[in-house]
Amino acid sequence: MRKDKKGINYTLPITLWLTIFFLIPMGIVLIYSFLKKGLYGGVELELSFEAFKIFLNPMFLKIVFKTILMSLGVTIITLIIAVPTAYYIVKSPYKKMYIYLIIIPFWTNFLIRIYSWMAILGHNGFVNMFLKKIGLIDSSIQFLYNTGAVILISVYTSLPFAILPLYSIIDKFDFSLMDAARDLGATNKEAFFKVFLPNIKSGIFTAGIFTFVPMLGSYVIPKLVGGVNSIFMGNVIARQLTETRNWPLAATISSVLILITMIFVLLGSITKKRGGDYE
Amino acid sequence: MNKRKTSLFFFIFSMVFFYLPLLVIVIYSFNEGKSMVWQGFSVKWYKELFLYSDELWRAFRYSIFIAIISSVVSTTLGTLGAIGIHWHKFKYKKYLKVLGYLPLIVPDIIMGVSLLILFVTVKLKLGLISIIIVHTTFNIPFVLFIVLARLSDLDYSIVEAAYDLGATEMETLKKVIIPMLRPAIISGFLIAITLSFDDFVATFFVAGPGITTLPLRIYSMIRLGISPVINALSVLFIGFAVTLTLSTTKLQKYFIK
Repeated sequence: MRKDKKGINYTLPITLWLTIFFLIPMGIVLIYSFLKKGLYGGVELELSFEAFKIFLNPMFLKIVFKTILMSLGVTIITLIIAVPTAYYIVKSPYKKMYIYLIIIPFWTNFLIRIYSWMAILGHNGFVNMFLKKIGLIDSSIQFLYNTGAVILISVYTSLPFAILPLYSIIDKFDFSLMDAARDLGATNKEAFFKVFLPNIKSGIFTAGIFTFVPMLGSYVIPKLVGGVNSIFMGNVIARQLTETRNWPLAATISSVLILITMIFVLLGSITKKRGGDYE
Repeated sequence: MNKRKTSLFFFIFSMVFFYLPLLVIVIYSFNEGKSMVWQGFSVKWYKELFLYSDELWRAFRYSIFIAIISSVVSTTLGTLGAIGIHWHKFKYKKYLKVLGYLPLIVPDIIMGVSLLILFVTVKLKLGLISIIIVHTTFNIPFVLFIVLARLSDLDYSIVEAAYDLGATEMETLKKVIIPMLRPAIISGFLIAITLSFDDFVATFFVAGPGITTLPLRIYSMIRLGISPVINALSVLFIGFAVTLTLSTTKLQKYFIK
């Protein structure tokens, strides 16, 4: 470790970049939420709490609540599928090959992955065509454009992001600890919940964050396959920004979204630390 | 044992869940007809993709250009930053670590919206430059953390030895540090390229009317409805993902030694 002044030379570029293109824009968003709406979009330099007043309307609060609830739901479903899948891969003799099979969808374009489900579930999609052909239905069933479709496709796109961190942490887990617990009289269930899960807590946390945070800011999936009742905060922000052109309101909702994200990340890292103290 | 069966069930479920939709797309990209009713084998949608989809390929070239520039910039900034954070002492180090971590936990849409508002405020014209700035910003933390992880495995005494033997700062950087960090720099760069090439949401807000990246183009095609040309394009994407997955593991083996 060197105590000279050269550290600044190395870190000044990244510091400047992140300050100018990350911190300052965040600050501007915060400031905009306290300004008056401009006539044709943008803002006027006048202090106003109008945006917050509009935001406190039950309609917006409901969307905030729904965004959090849906994100939690998707995260939980994703983890329920991801933990045993990652466990199986670690235990398998073909784990390298299986990990490639997880990385391939991870590296396939996000929109293409959404599209593949639209091609399957859509009005003239694969499933409907198939069901018609075998004579089970006469007219198409609409599988898309509802909350279920949003949840299904969200789980689909998040799953690789959850499996990979879980895999790397489970791979490091010393499985003889489970045997030791069983030798000391623990049942399979106890060994799983009291030894295995606490030890892979940090992986579960990372997997959860990788699913939950992008879900909070979800925009594309609800827009493409959601119905009128599956609007996320991200969709409202986009609409206020590009259609209604109420920039202070867009900024307010953005600030709230940042705040919610931070709260959940902090809560998560506290539980993660507690998990570390477990031993 | 029961647990093995449960985990096997979830594993098979995940695999079917992952690959069934992709498989359907691959098969139907060879469908003669336009709909999802099978009307015989044909490569006509591939012909259309390669010969008559100029706009798509223009978007593709923009995407490549943006991905390369933003990855070079973010890899440079991230690598230097990581070296500074890991091996030097300076006052605001703790803050910089937090600052480097923050863009990771801010949703994509917020990155796009906040930079759009910045660009409009300072009257920067939306287009290539604004897109490159956004991509560089969300790429930086990934490079930073990958290189930092690699640095924690390295022995500083090698760097010290270089200085003791009379190497200058630049020489040490060029001949000792960068070669030692090469695997991390390469994987950081590859992740940056992939993220940039894949991004839709943040780009959507700052693209402006002139420039269309590939994801933006795909998005507008999807919104118009299911098209067999996207099926063919999807197959290229899936093929690319397969190649990338296989080749990077080979690359890593080669560079790590």
